[in-house]
Amino acid sequence: MKTMTKARLKSPWVLHFDCGSCNGCDIEILAALTPKFDVERFGIVNIGDPKQSDVLLVTGPANKRNQRVLKNLYDQMPQPKAVIAIGECACTGAMFHNCPNTLGGVDKVIPVDVYVPGCAARPESIIDGVVLALAKLQKVSEGEKVN
Amino acid sequence: MVDYMNPLTYIPILLVVLAPIIGGLLMGIDRKLTARMQNRMGPPIIQPFYDAIKLWGKEPFIASRLQPVLAFGYFGFSVAAFALLAFGQDMLLMIFTVAAADLCLVASAFNSKSPYSNIGARRELLAMMAYEPVMMLVAVSIFFVTGSFMVSAVLQNATPLLTLLPLVVIAMVPVLVVDMKKSPWDVSTSSHAHQELVRGVYTEFSGYTLALVELGHWTKLALMMGFISLFWAPNLIVGAALAFALFFAVLVIDNSYPRLDWRSMVKNTWMLGFLLVIANIVGLVARAVIMA
Repeated sequence: MKTMTKARLKSPWVLHFDCGSCNGCDIEILAALTPKFDVERFGIVNIGDPKQSDVLLVTGPANKRNQRVLKNLYDQMPQPKAVIAIGECACTGAMFHNCPNTLGGVDKVIPVDVYVPGCAARPESIIDGVVLALAKLQKVSEGEKVN
Repeated sequence: MVDYMNPLTYIPILLVVLAPIIGGLLMGIDRKLTARMQNRMGPPIIQPFYDAIKLWGKEPFIASRLQPVLAFGYFGFSVAAFALLAFGQDMLLMIFTVAAADLCLVASAFNSKSPYSNIGARRELLAMMAYEPVMMLVAVSIFFVTGSFMVSAVLQNATPLLTLLPLVVIAMVPVLVVDMKKSPWDVSTSSHAHQELVRGVYTEFSGYTLALVELGHWTKLALMMGFISLFWAPNLIVGAALAFALFFAVLVIDNSYPRLDWRSMVKNTWMLGFLLVIANIVGLVARAVIMA
């Protein structure tokens, strides 16, 4: 494996955006940072700056109010990048199906690479989701066309 | 005359080349020790290198045309400051070169419209204001012992500086906290998850410019460690152990304090720094008068 690919897989910095979730999934994301799950041992850091992050974690359904913000955050992230939709709402819109103010899943606004279902998604499955997103980053890094 | 045949001549050059690597390893040890203090596993010690290589390979997002120049300037001046230390040159010039490096960072952060970046830059200026005068006084206190501002004069000094300047070494702890951007005075930016100004002074850096800023930060850390090593001058291995002890003290402080505001940063670094260093200088002079 090339050094650059290895470095990319060893250091995914995440950006977390709450699209209007009930905070159930957000709490589980933050739980992954605590000593019990300790994602930093894989080099994962919650960086909070779109310009410096590799993986975008989105919770909650896409809605008319903040789709512009979500699109803006996605555009501010430099390539190579991956998007993970966390929780039922972010995957499909779930219980907000047909609500007039929501658009449905996050993939209505930005391309999503990994879907992590669950209400709320468990920290283990969120970490699994990040690992799946790394597989995409590896393919991009090795020059394969994705999507 | 420089003796080009003697391998010892090339040690300073080797040190300058290795400085960012030593600093990067120290950052890795920092993250590991911090994780262990929080009962976590922590990332591997070479994690900072993975981060820097990854950042180098990211798509470049340049905030302004001056930004890459100033990022290179931050790294370049940091390496220049380390070179001044490694070649046994003037300590005051070394401190001014570090200030020049910091000014590059601040100017680059001011050179964008982002309010986070701007507030971070102002706080970085305050951090410089907090620790630069104390560093200067430390150099003056060393002058009182060796009679010179040259690092080479410290290396020729027979008695270790620590025995004559113990309070000065304690005054270096708050300086190191501010310089390493650690709690309680990580006001300009923070490497941890508790974000306040997004990334403060680092907000507008991304990709290779952020990698350069990180490299500059590692070199500055190696510089501070090297400077503290001088306090056990003839035997630099014991000096390095002393520097690591202070490094560990900073990590303990980082993990036991919440973030405080800039007022407490300036007030405490100045009070502790000025009081301890001046008390030590007065003690030295009094001792010299009594001995005479």
